[in-house]
Amino acid sequence: MHNVDYNSEPLVQVKNLSKYFNVGHKAVLKAVEDVTFDIYKGETVSLVGESGCGKSTTGRCLIRIYEPTRGQVFFEGKDISTYNKQEAREFTRKVQMIFQNPYASLNPRMTVKEIVGEGLKLAKMPSDQIEARVQELLETVGLNKEHMSRFSHEFSGGQRQRIGIARALSVDPEFIICDEPISALDVSIQAQILNMLNKLQNERGLTYLFIAHDLSVVKYISDRVIVMYLGMVVETAPTEELFDHPTHPYTQALLSAIPEADPRRAKASRRIPIKGEIPSPVNPKPGCRFADRCEYATDICRQELPETREIRPGHFMACHNR
Amino acid sequence: MQEPILSLKNIVYSFKTYGGTVKAVRDVSFDVRPGEILGIVGESGCGKSVTAQCIMRLNPEPPGFFEGGEILYKGKDVLKMNKKELRDFRAKEIGFVFQDPMTSLNPTMRVGAQIEEVFLGHTDVSKQEVKEKTLEILKLVGISDAEKRYRQYPHELSGGMKQRVMIAIALVSRPSVIICDEPTTSLDVTIEAQILELLLELREKLGTSIIMITHDLGVIAKICDRVVVMYGGKIMERGTADEIYYETAHPYTRGLMDSIARLDTAKDQELKPIDGTPPDLFSPPAGCPFAARCENCMAICNELPPEEYRFSEEHSTACWLQHEMAPDTPFRRPLMKGKEKD
Repeated sequence: MHNVDYNSEPLVQVKNLSKYFNVGHKAVLKAVEDVTFDIYKGETVSLVGESGCGKSTTGRCLIRIYEPTRGQVFFEGKDISTYNKQEAREFTRKVQMIFQNPYASLNPRMTVKEIVGEGLKLAKMPSDQIEARVQELLETVGLNKEHMSRFSHEFSGGQRQRIGIARALSVDPEFIICDEPISALDVSIQAQILNMLNKLQNERGLTYLFIAHDLSVVKYISDRVIVMYLGMVVETAPTEELFDHPTHPYTQALLSAIPEADPRRAKASRRIPIKGEIPSPVNPKPGCRFADRCEYATDICRQELPETREIRPGHFMACHNR
Repeated sequence: MQEPILSLKNIVYSFKTYGGTVKAVRDVSFDVRPGEILGIVGESGCGKSVTAQCIMRLNPEPPGFFEGGEILYKGKDVLKMNKKELRDFRAKEIGFVFQDPMTSLNPTMRVGAQIEEVFLGHTDVSKQEVKEKTLEILKLVGISDAEKRYRQYPHELSGGMKQRVMIAIALVSRPSVIICDEPTTSLDVTIEAQILELLLELREKLGTSIIMITHDLGVIAKICDRVVVMYGGKIMERGTADEIYYETAHPYTRGLMDSIARLDTAKDQELKPIDGTPPDLFSPPAGCPFAARCENCMAICNELPPEEYRFSEEHSTACWLQHEMAPDTPFRRPLMKGKEKD
């Protein structure tokens, strides 16, 4: 897949990141708890899990939308919370985000040219150059210059997502956080956007953090996968390894629930049942977060947090019983 | 073959708007048999939801109106029913599960009361009995702790739980058909799997027919017996779930399948999206609605709507590529003897 040098210094290092929200009297919502991972230059890392597992919050901490409660995020070896003004400005150029909902993430009062050109304007590019650059960007994402003076409501979902991508690309970023970029789109359009993201990565050597819940897409696009459950990382592995040898009970259950389009296989496949639904992250119980729904849970699971262990090269997992 | 319980015959349904008439459903016919799960699959705007809604006549009329066709339920035409008959039909014969459980439950009413409301509308039983029946139905849809949930408000329930309540409401009158409009789209995969299993179980226990509207081929594969593929307000292909998947005869069906990333898709293999966008239904194309996006498009495709070609008892497609004079493509299938055309 991608040529990634795993011996180099990681582009992004996340160390013991936690993010809590106060949600009322003595109630703390622990959205992200003690999350650690690295992202290397040129690779696509996916963050997967069900809604409420903290994957989007993690993404937002990485781009300084949220201030972490504990822990650090290093970008190119430097802690992003220690940036001075100059460095912070440079950081916002290098790291960009593509949002989930293309209907909510574009300002309805701005033309496409203003939306895509806003970052360039802030980077003090002269306005005559902006126009040419915006046109070039729109062509890169499969739109054309006639679209420049239109407003976002004139576009379909897929086209809007292309505008969002053009906006992210405008400042020549190195690292893009894609927060469910295709889940709001129709199936036939999803493939168009995925192919484009792949092409852009190959041409520009981009690094992606891909936040998603669709595991088939994740398998197709990523080099490594991080599985989260209720704010914590339960398993991390290279994509092939994870899909061939899922080890954590939650990962196994999640993979067995993937919808299969082949009718004979779909009807024959048996889902590993998970009891109930994802519990509330407000004041979580001690012990493994998955214990209440896990069919293998023992006493120790309800008392102590499992250590993260490396069970095969590059394959990390946190479970007492595996 | 079993007698159909519900059959749509040449339904044409449109909406009058300021911009003109939108022809949302154009000549759609299909049958629903007792105890089967029928899938209607297609992208947004293909007319699948409108088709389902017009079975129960849920669309406000005007702006919506039938331009033609009939909907026969147990031999009676729904379009000719008077107000009282229609009310009874909606209340007792058919249940509807909406896509978004977050917005389709009343946020100011307790869950129990919302289910009881349906009972009170059309049965004359005492309050105590109604409550017992409500608790029973909550258990039937897999809600544990029914007594507690009965007293809760929708915002206290998770998405999956709310969808179970929606299904409970649809089941109250033990209808013979339940229409599910994308019931799992807003749910996580593990919860989606739970809901699909619940539907299969209910079909098993109660013998209810289910019409499953979805854009997800995974859902189709998991639970449907027969499938109707819609595009641009028309039916492109129909058949059993196996026939549609293994013996695909329409380029659009193929396109839908190739454009999704599957677990066995190789990483270096590029996905094949369907280029372009769906047709404008204000002025639908004269020929095949898919012609503009079809790789195998021929001259006739833009001019005349294709005839329906039949391959088996269930499997048929509306595509000119099956015509004897069309060039050979991987879509060509042997036609059924004696019944080539409908």
